[in-house]
This record gives sequence, C-alpha cells and structure tokens, in this order.
Amino acid sequence: MAIELKMPALSPTMEEGTLAKWLKQEGDEIVAGDIIAEIETDKATMEFEAVDEGTLGKILVAEGTENVAVGTVIAMLAGEGEDVSEAAAAAPKDDVPGEGKDVGRPESSGEGSEAEVARPAKKTGVKDPEIPHGTNMATVTVREALRDGMAEEMRRDERVFVMGEEVAQYQGAYKVTQGLLDEFGPKRVIDTPITEYGFAGIGTGAAMGGLRPIVEFMTFNFAMQAIDHIINSAAKTNYMSGGQMRCPVVFRGPNAAASRVGAQHSQNFGPWYASVPGLIVIAPYDASDAKGLMKAAIRCEDPVVFLENELVYGRSFELPELDDHVLPIGKARIMREGSDVTIVAYSIAVGLALEAAEQLAEEGIDAEVIDLRTLRPLDKEAVLESLKKTNRMVIAEEGWPTCSIASEIVAICMEEGFDHLDAPVTRVCDEDVPLPYAANLEKLALIDTPKIVKAVKKVCYRD
Amino acid sequence: MAKAPKEKAARSPAENPEFALHSLQEEFEKNKRYDASTEQLQSFYEQMLLIRRFEERAGQLYGLGLIGGFCHLYIGQEAVAVGLQSALTEKLDSVITGYRDHGHMLAYGIDPKVIMAELTGREAGISKGKGGSMHMFSTEHKFYGGHGIVGAQVALGGGLALAHQYNEDGGLCLAYFGDGAANQGQVYETFNMASLWKLPIVFVIENNQYAMGTAVSRSSAETEFYRRGTAFRIPGMKVNGMDVLEVRRAAEIAFKHVREGRGPVLMECETYRYRGHSMSDPAKYRTREEVQDMREHRDPIEGLKKTLIEQGSSEDDLKAIDKDIRKVVSEAADFAENSPEPDPSELYTDVLVEEY
Repeated sequence: MAIELKMPALSPTMEEGTLAKWLKQEGDEIVAGDIIAEIETDKATMEFEAVDEGTLGKILVAEGTENVAVGTVIAMLAGEGEDVSEAAAAAPKDDVPGEGKDVGRPESSGEGSEAEVARPAKKTGVKDPEIPHGTNMATVTVREALRDGMAEEMRRDERVFVMGEEVAQYQGAYKVTQGLLDEFGPKRVIDTPITEYGFAGIGTGAAMGGLRPIVEFMTFNFAMQAIDHIINSAAKTNYMSGGQMRCPVVFRGPNAAASRVGAQHSQNFGPWYASVPGLIVIAPYDASDAKGLMKAAIRCEDPVVFLENELVYGRSFELPELDDHVLPIGKARIMREGSDVTIVAYSIAVGLALEAAEQLAEEGIDAEVIDLRTLRPLDKEAVLESLKKTNRMVIAEEGWPTCSIASEIVAICMEEGFDHLDAPVTRVCDEDVPLPYAANLEKLALIDTPKIVKAVKKVCYRD
Repeated sequence: MAKAPKEKAARSPAENPEFALHSLQEEFEKNKRYDASTEQLQSFYEQMLLIRRFEERAGQLYGLGLIGGFCHLYIGQEAVAVGLQSALTEKLDSVITGYRDHGHMLAYGIDPKVIMAELTGREAGISKGKGGSMHMFSTEHKFYGGHGIVGAQVALGGGLALAHQYNEDGGLCLAYFGDGAANQGQVYETFNMASLWKLPIVFVIENNQYAMGTAVSRSSAETEFYRRGTAFRIPGMKVNGMDVLEVRRAAEIAFKHVREGRGPVLMECETYRYRGHSMSDPAKYRTREEVQDMREHRDPIEGLKKTLIEQGSSEDDLKAIDKDIRKVVSEAADFAENSPEPDPSELYTDVLVEEY
C-alpha cells in the first residue's frame, strides 16, 4: 500500500509551516534517511527525512507553499513492487483525530480542566495511639529520642541503614547517631565524603533498589546541593512510573536557625519541601513526637523529609516507655487546649507558642496551641476545627514569612474557614532578611515569644 | 560477591599497590570482538533493528503530533545498549539511564506496545501515560529509568549498586550516561564513592559526540572520557560503540572485574546519533556529510548485516527479519494510537503510596 507522507511538526507547538523545497522529485527512488524536503517555520528550517523506502509518487503540495498545516498529506510514497501511478491516485484520508493538532497544550474540552477530578481519600479519625495507663514516662532529650527511634527500626528491619557525613566514627556532627556504629557496624552506618549531591543520589537510588536508607544531612542548608535528588528523583518517581517504583528514603537533619552561625547556615526549608507533591515533610517539636514520627517515617513507603532543630536537640521531654512508639504521619497535635484564640506552630516555634500561651493566660486570654508536626500532608482539619472553636488564629513560624507554612494556613482559613473568622489570621515569622550574625540583629530578626503575644492580643482586640 | 565491609575498611583503593589503570583495556585489546554464535548474531541484529524501526516510527508519530514534548531518539547508538545488556544476568543486574531510554528498554525485551503507548501518553503505557518518553521504568526487569535530569542517573545508579552490595546478591548496576552528563559534578562525586566503597557498577559513557548542540571538543577539557576515572582509580575502557560485538566483548571483561568485587569500571562507548538531540533539534551544528558518512561507513546494523551475510545468511533471510520487525513496530504504533488516554481519575493517583 502506498504510504502517505505528511507535513511533520518540528516541535510540539508547531501548527503549520512552509514547505520550502522538494529535494526529491516524483519518480525518485527513496531510501530511509534520504532528505526529501525542507520545512521552514519562523524559528527553524528542518530537513524532512524519509523513514520508509520506495518511490516518490505524486507530490501533493508544491514547494514554496506557506501555512501548510501539520498532518497534511504532502506526497505519496510507493512501496516496493507498487505502481507509482496508483500511489499518485490514492486519495488522502480524512484526518485522524489528534493528528496535526498542537499537542503542547490541548484546548479545554468537556473533560479538560473543568472536569471533576477525584482527590485521594484521606484517612479520618486517626489519633495518636492511647498510652496505656501506668506506662512509665522517661525523661529524654530530643537527640536521644531520634537516635533511639532509628536504632529500634534498624533492629526491626535489616534494610534500614544510615549514611551521611560524620555519622559513624565521629558519632554524628550533632551526636544524633551516637552509638549506632558500635551496635550496627560500618555496613549499616556509613560515613560519606562531603558530597551531598552524590550521597543523596546514592541514598535515593538505594531506596529504589529496595533498601530503606536514612540520609543524614549535617544540616539542611547543605541539602540545597542535593535538593535535585530529593525533589526530582525521590518525590516524583512513584508518580512518573505510574506507581511502579517506590522510593522509601528518609532525608533528615537539623533545619532552620541555630545560634550565631550566620545567614548561610540559618534557614528553614520547611515551606520549600512542603510545596512538593510526592514528599512527606515532618517537623517535630518534642521528644515523643521526634521518636514516634521518626519510626513512622522509616516505615513509610513514601520519601520523607524529616526536619529537626539543632536548638531543640538538647531539650528534655517526657517520653512514654513503650515497646513500639509509632505516631501517625499527617496529624497535628493539640499541645494546649484553649478557647479564645489558636496559635498554630511547628518545630521550635511550638515552644515559643506554649510560652506565649502561659503569659497570655495571666492576662486572661485562653490560647489553644496546635503543633502541626507534619507539614505535608498538612492536617487542615485540625486547623479548621480549632478555628471553628476559637474564631481567631495566629501562626508562629521560625522562618521567613513570604510563601511560608504560615501563608498556607492563612490561605486555608480564607478558603475554608472564612465564616468562622472574627479577626484577620496573622503571621508571626522571622524578619524578611538573611539572618545576621551580630547578636542584637540576630535577636531582632528571629521570632520570639513577645512577638507572638503581641500578635495574639491584636487578633483578640486586646492591645 | 560483594566484599565484606570490614575488608573495605581495611584496604582503601588508594592503598592498593596492584592497581593498574589500563589492565582492562589491555585485556580488551588482545581480542576485541566477541565470538558470537550465529544465533546470537541474529538475535543482536533483530534487537538493533527493532530499536531502529521503533525509533523511526516514534519520529513519525512525533511529526504527526501523537507524541508530545521531548522525544530523544536512539538511532545510531543501538549497538551500545544491545551489546551491553545482552551480557547482563537477567532478573539480577540493574540498569539505569537518562532520558534517551527507548532503546535500553527494547534491548530488555520489554513489549514495544507499552513503550510506544507511553510515548503517546496513553493509559496502557508502561508508566500509565504519566511518565512519557523520558520516564519509563520496569522494576520487573530491574530497569530503573528513565531520568530527565542530566547526570542524576549516575548517582542513583551508585545507589542501586550499593543495594546489590548490601544485599550481597552478586548483581551489578549498569549506569548509562552521555558525554554531556560526563561534565556534571555529581558524576565525579559518585565515581569517588563507588571506587572508595568498591561498588559493583559499570559506568557507561555513551559518547555520541554532541551534548545537545555542543561538540565534545567545545565542552570538555578531556575528551578521552574513559580516562576520567583516573583520579578515582577507576579503570577505563575505550570501546567502538558502533560494533555490537566489540561492545559485548568489553561488557564481558568489565562485568567480570566488577563481579569479582574489585570496584567500578568506566567504559566509554564511542557512538553517534543520527537524529537531532530531540525531535525539535534542527541539528545545524554539524554537517549533513558528517552524518551521511557515519551512516554509510560505521552503521552498527549494516556492519552486523555484513557479518551475517559472510556467515551464510541470505539477503532474503534478513529482509524477512526486517519485515517481521516492521510488523511488530506497526502493531505497537497502532496500539499506541488507539489506546485510550488515562482516565481523569488517575490525576491524583500514585502521588504517594500510602494514605495519611
């Protein structure tokens, strides 16, 4: 059967072009790879290469013709043993749907952007497991809780290993991996060179290959060197593969401002990672959540970014002594119940919010404090439920205000909680500057308790 | 088998007095062509021809608007994937590559229909139409993609190799990348760790002479890419990537070295892509004559065809193979055109594995 040669598209957005020149004439023998014609657009000239062998039959579009639509039959090609005149006579078929259309951005149709799209089911009613009556409460630091969480999971699952800079022999730059090398050996506690992009890629690849890596960044500031693997390799793979290829990796380390370490070592990346579909982002505050969520993160089939805080590592909290303390991902926690106003916080700001709530109580304002714990997926229900109760909300976040988690909460309240608002939802964040080194300027730049108290009073119309 | 970590700590590559950078190349030089049986020759021929015809058809479908976005064709480079992958141990070794990935999947024997249907963005595609030409995977075949960020697959491949070593399964990872990716920093970060930890990985540089539109001499201070492992004590091999038998022979030498627990190998396969970098590349950075010269004198399929005829195959036999392959490709194209697009309900599936 004769083959139709159609006007090709040089790019997905090309709709038509000029048939500049025929380099072969009717009756010429064509072999694969021959240049048959030159096609021009306003951007480029391209050679139209033969894919099939045969004899060029009738030329249907003369050279020099402009505005030839992509997909138009421009000539016929007779195959071996076919009559050229028969090829010439073959009438062009009707256009096949889809052919020749600009496929770059399909026009909206009935089932286009307007179509109702099913959102994934969200687990509801999930709560932290009850702590049995009489459970002993131990006082442990966040640092120990994180380490214990990792160690328990390493005992439980052979596939779990830790890699990162100074995690093994040095016992961790911040001593979070202290003792792990002794218990698990160098196969499962791996010191890496200073090469974040490389080892984040290796960790991600190992997860694709069936292991359960915990990749420690000495701080998340250095993870910017590796963010490509966190986002492009880890977060997107399950989707891009149609659910075929998993990537159960945990990226962890201290995040946000430490103390007097200057601008390059002081940044909260929570909002960055929380904006990426395909990632789980956890930012715990106390020891119980640090351990319970670390264990959940390691067991999770999805890639997790686990944001710790250097200034909180050494703080002690009560932790239930349970065999298997695992907490649900994606659930906020009410840290303090209140009725007048809600303060939403996560990570180190939870401590500030609790402090603010105590001070406010003295002034007769009963604040509820919510710890988000997971930044993605964000527990909207918990936020809105509290708003419904208090009708006023302040978000406390140790990080920049622009495009922050606080901004996201404001948007959620506007879109889904508007009827419950008695005052504008207010953000209390760091100042919008790189973090300065000078002690006084650093103090000015960071969020603190008085700033939260002031904002709460404002939304309560008590200033 | 993978080396025990204790030995790894005891002797770093830097302490190995027997290290000889050229040992593998010297062995390769002794006998460069793989001694294939007639059956094997025919199988290589069929696989390369399938890739060629598939890619030609993909190019056509792109021209018709049925394939969108980026589409990077493998035409001219067929011998590399076929020569290397034919030497792998099935179901054990893993493979990872960049965005020019159709050929590697076909070389694995993955059904051309589901590959073509992915190219056209259909539900029946191997990634359910969500990946596209650059993002295809088959965990069943231990093919780990299909990665669009130039060079990322090298570090990820290092991780796959780490998993082989960790699990002590005796497998290796084959990580392909181009001459363009060879200038990415993470490639060298991975070289360092792979050599330091003696990871079972073969790094394959498919040097097709152009990083998009930039000739290697314009982008690379060291254009002999197989030498680029030197600083990390990774032995290099230089292979004619237009000859499937040379590639296969080189693969055997490299795989043996890696499987003995002696760490990574860097193999440069010199090859050539006939088409533009992607479909929207008019390829004005090289002459028509250069491409034509390659096609006429170095073509991997024509080269093997000669060998087959010398060994007694007839033109008619080979024509029959071509006819069969054209039929397979036509069926794949029809399947890809006629399969439905993904259901809108698929938009939010597969973002996360679990529910929270």
